Amino acid sequence: MSQVEVFNGNLAAAHAARLSRPEVIAAYPITPQTPVVEYLTQFHADGLLDCQMTEAESEHGAMSILSGASLTGVRCYTATSSQGLALMYEPYFRASTLRLPIVMNIVNREMISPQTVWGGPQDSLTLRDAGWIQLYVEDNQEILDTTIQAFKIAEHPEVLLPVNVCYDGFYLSHMSERVELPTLAEVDGFLPPYSSRHIILDPDHPMAVDPLTNGRLLMGYRRKHMEAQAAALRVIEQVDSEYSDRFGRSWGGLVGEYCAQDADYLMISLGSVCGALRECVDEFRSRGLRVGLLKIRSLRPFPRERVIRALDGKKGFGVIDRNVSFGTNTGILYQEIRAALYSASKRYPAAAFIGGLGGEDLTLEIVERAIDATMASVDAGEVAEAATWLIRPEKRGNS
Amino acid sequence: MIEIRLHGRGGMGTVKAAEVIVHARVAEGGYGNSIPFFGFERQGAPVTSFVRLDDKPIRPKTQVYEPNCVIVLDSTLRQAVDIFEGIRNEGILVINTPEAPEAIAAPDCIRTIATVDASELSFRMIGKAIPNTAMLGAFIKCTGWVSIDVVADRVAALWGDINAAIVREAYKSTRIFRRP
Repeated sequence: MSQVEVFNGNLAAAHAARLSRPEVIAAYPITPQTPVVEYLTQFHADGLLDCQMTEAESEHGAMSILSGASLTGVRCYTATSSQGLALMYEPYFRASTLRLPIVMNIVNREMISPQTVWGGPQDSLTLRDAGWIQLYVEDNQEILDTTIQAFKIAEHPEVLLPVNVCYDGFYLSHMSERVELPTLAEVDGFLPPYSSRHIILDPDHPMAVDPLTNGRLLMGYRRKHMEAQAAALRVIEQVDSEYSDRFGRSWGGLVGEYCAQDADYLMISLGSVCGALRECVDEFRSRGLRVGLLKIRSLRPFPRERVIRALDGKKGFGVIDRNVSFGTNTGILYQEIRAALYSASKRYPAAAFIGGLGGEDLTLEIVERAIDATMASVDAGEVAEAATWLIRPEKRGNS
Repeated sequence: MIEIRLHGRGGMGTVKAAEVIVHARVAEGGYGNSIPFFGFERQGAPVTSFVRLDDKPIRPKTQVYEPNCVIVLDSTLRQAVDIFEGIRNEGILVINTPEAPEAIAAPDCIRTIATVDASELSFRMIGKAIPNTAMLGAFIKCTGWVSIDVVADRVAALWGDINAAIVREAYKSTRIFRRP
């Protein structure tokens, strides 16, 4: 029987990791991910987590340790944020191209400079083309459920790719709310032990791994890696539905939809702002305005067909990005959505927004303003080539 | 939905007090979330934490701008921050001070004022001026939004029976003034 608890996002992630029985954890602390490492170390010290626990000398070390461990065929877990992820870039890319099904939570934090420790998914979004699966979530229950699911997705024989479950620093990592915690036995029933068949370092059965490889062969590996990402589109949906059968909670697989079916205007975003968007959708609906939400859960693989289907019959859409895509004048998600829609049968009017960088709050007021602006520009038939910046008036907070 | 803002200083247990309120609400079958204002963590620096309580799941993961209730763990914060900012009509102020609630200056939108000498109480009972548990007692007496027994149990589990006793002692000694 699952238990009702109050967890912050980091504790939800740590419990999900514990319940998934990783055999090796290697991590290095960084704000706002630090409590994840502390909780796991505590679980380990209390005998609740039977694994090899390594405090690495850096994030580069942590991912390198996990890569070595994963090559011996064991389940591996870690977590990081922003600059830590940047330092990890070299083994990060290698983990995916070696097809190592490691699971890593990314506690999204803005990239410096200027110096900042606050939230924003610029860190992971910037690395969307490094071959990992990247899932983005909205609340603490979804952190827990999706992190458990991530192991099953990563280790699926048609996928065999590492998975990031990304959640907003502070707004989720340090926010406490009600979470249903499944038992170890329940998770055991959902997630069988990992057994590696594709790549394994075993002295009894020697195997050459990662020798110097020519371009022709390398392209073969890249093509298979792409196919694995494509297969993950199906596997992510399937795992969500298996999880839902067992635990009664479905998050929609690749995307989440709210009042999207009959909407005229579709707001699109990812991460914790989707909560405020739901609230605002209800408010607009109460005034008879048909607004809906499309939440992107899987950024890699990108759910092109689900996006096209969700937009079918809509007048247009607006995208709220908590990040920037330098050189495009918009955010990353807006670029992704536009690229996906090239094969749609219609050219949709579209509005682009950037806000909530560096921990700035995306308040209900700001979100409402973005919806108003979306309706106006969609009605005018415009397609944004530059984002509108969502900035709060001066003087609010008092700390 | 009820929204609460807590003002304290680093080291007073402001964020923890907010979490205890949420724990109690959830233990009673409801919903709640608490979000600390994310500043630099320093002993003595102003700290703000936000709480939402409801009977249904709470979707916004944002800060609170228009609270129904403000809990002030250190009365000197009145000189440092605008503790009344954005407060709604029929607002409630719970403040750590030896003063009588009738003597507290507050804008008209504040209709209920509760005072307790939380610093004295905690210093007397645990030898440290950590007012968060006493302020929980005062908050509960004034609002009744969560149960004293559930909060006392949670506080006992976190910080021992003596702190649970502080919650109950503060509950008894809190003075409430409802403006006519």
